[in-house]
Amino acid sequence: MPNRLRNWFENQKHTRTFHPSWILLVVAATLIIAGIVWIPAEWISKAEYEHLPAANAVPAPGKNAAQTGAAPTAVEPLPLPAPTDPKTIRVDFSPPDVDDLPSGAFGETVRLGRNIFNDTQTYARAYVGNGLNCVNCHLDEGRKADSAPLWAAYGMFPAYREKNRRVNSYEDRLTGCFRFSMNGKAPPPGSKELIALMSYSYWLSRGAPVGVELAGRGYPKLAEPQRPPDEARGKKVFEANCAICHGADGQGTQVSGRYAFPPLWGKDSYNAGAGMTQIHNAAAFIRANMPLGQGNKLTEQEAWDVAKYMNSHSRPADPRVTQS
Amino acid sequence: MRTNPFNPRCLHPASKGGLLAMVLIAWASLGPGAAHADRLAGAALAQQGGPGITACLACHGARGEGQAAAGFPRLAGQPKAYLLKQLQDFSNGKRKNPQMEPIARALSARQKRDAADYYASLPGWKADAKTAASSPQFLLGSRLAIRGNWNKGIPACFACHGPDGAGTPPHFPALAGQPSAYTRAQLKAWQAETRSNDPQGLMKAVADRMTEAEIDATSLYLEHPLLSERRE
Repeated sequence: MPNRLRNWFENQKHTRTFHPSWILLVVAATLIIAGIVWIPAEWISKAEYEHLPAANAVPAPGKNAAQTGAAPTAVEPLPLPAPTDPKTIRVDFSPPDVDDLPSGAFGETVRLGRNIFNDTQTYARAYVGNGLNCVNCHLDEGRKADSAPLWAAYGMFPAYREKNRRVNSYEDRLTGCFRFSMNGKAPPPGSKELIALMSYSYWLSRGAPVGVELAGRGYPKLAEPQRPPDEARGKKVFEANCAICHGADGQGTQVSGRYAFPPLWGKDSYNAGAGMTQIHNAAAFIRANMPLGQGNKLTEQEAWDVAKYMNSHSRPADPRVTQS
Repeated sequence: MRTNPFNPRCLHPASKGGLLAMVLIAWASLGPGAAHADRLAGAALAQQGGPGITACLACHGARGEGQAAAGFPRLAGQPKAYLLKQLQDFSNGKRKNPQMEPIARALSARQKRDAADYYASLPGWKADAKTAASSPQFLLGSRLAIRGNWNKGIPACFACHGPDGAGTPPHFPALAGQPSAYTRAQLKAWQAETRSNDPQGLMKAVADRMTEAEIDATSLYLEHPLLSERRE
C-alpha cells in the first residue's frame, strides 16, 4: 500500500501537470484561515459570558441616572449567581429623564402617551369604563421598578400569552389593559391613543436590550404563603393600612368628582378579567408598593391576606364571560 | 267613617303634603342651622379667643391665611377632620408646639370642633399671578411635589395631598399656599420626631428620605406652586 501511494506520487510528479503537494498546501491554508477567524471569535464569546458575574462590584448601577438628566444609561449587568442562559439575564436599566423628552412630532406623541398614562380619565376617556388611570398600578408614570414599569415590558413583546392563547404584540397587550383593568373597550389599531402609548413605552425603553428580563420588571414574585390567604385577617390589614386612602369601603377617595385614590372594588374598579384579580399578582404589587412610600412594610403574609380580602368583593364582570 | 289622626292613610291628601312640608322645613332649618351655629362659635373663638385662649387670628391671620414670615400656617380651607385632629394631638402631645399646646389644652372638645369647622369653611388658597421663578431650587421643588423621586422612595407630595396640592379630605391637608417656613419646620419635625401624629407614619417615611436641600426646595415651591405645570 505505501509502495502504491509512492508510485502514484512519483508518477504524478513526472507528468508535470499536477504536483500532489498542492493538496497539502490547500489543506494547510484552509486550516490557518479557519484558525484566524474561529479562535478569536471563541475568545470573544467566552469573554462576554465571563464578564457578567465579574460586574458584581457595581451595587445598583443606573439607580441615580434619572437625576443626571442624561440620555438613557447604558445597560449594566446586575450581580448574578452564575452565568446563565442569555434569555434570563437580568440587567439593570434606567429610563430616560422626563426633562429629555424629545421635540418634534415624535415628542408630541410621547407627551400625549404620558398624559394618557397619567390621566387616562381625561385623555382616553372613550376607552375607559371605570375610575382608574394607568398610573394607579404602574406607579411613577410607568417608571417605577417593581411596579410593572413600561420600559421593562416593552422589549418583552411579541410574546405568547396563556390569557388569550396566542402571540401578542405590545399593542395587543395595551388593549388588554383597556378591556380588563380599565373595564373599557380596546382602542382600535392605529388609534392615536394606542400610537401615543406605544411611543411613550418605546421612548422609555430606548437603549434597553430586547427580549431579556430587566431588573424591576413586573411585580416581584412572592413565595407561596405560609398560611392560606385569609379574608378575615386581610380585612384587619386593610383597616390598619389601606383604608385611610382607599376608604373604609374600598371605594377610594374623590376630590371634585375625580378619584385622588383609586377604588379597589365595585363599579369603578378593575373588572373580573384583570390580572389584578389574581391573588398572587395583587399580593406582589401590594407588598412591593403599598402603602405609597412604604413598600415592603407589610409582611408577605399580610400582603397575601389583604389581596385576598380586596379580591373577595364584587367588581364589574369579565367581558369574555358576559359575551359568551 | 271615623278618621284616625295617627293613621297616615286616614289623612286628607292636602294635610299629608302639609305634614311632609313641615317635616322638611324643620329638618332643613335644623341641619344647616346647627352647623352654622358651630361655625359662628368657631368664628367668635377665632376673633376673640377666651379664657386662656389666644384669639386664633393673632397668629393665623384675619382670614386664616397664616403668617408667612413667622411660619404660622394657613388654616383656611383645610379639611375639618384634619384641623380637629391637630388640635387633639396638640393636647395629647403627639404634636409638639410651645404656642399651640397650651391653647389646645384650654379648648374644650366642643370648642375644638367649632374652631375646626370655622376654618374649614373659609376659602382655601387660590393661585393668583403666576410666579416666574425657574431657579434650579424651584425646579427641584416642583419635581418633588409633582413627581417625587422614586429612586429614593419619595412619592410625589401631590400623590396624596391632591392634584395641585389642594388637599384630599378628610385626612390629607392642603399644602399649596402654605408658608415655606411652616412646611420646612414640619418636615424637620417629622425627622426629629417632635411631630409624630401622621397616620401610619406616612409622613415620617417620606421626611426621613429627604435631604436638607430637598426640604428647602419643596417647601419653597409649595408656598406658591405653578399649577399649570401639572400637565404639560
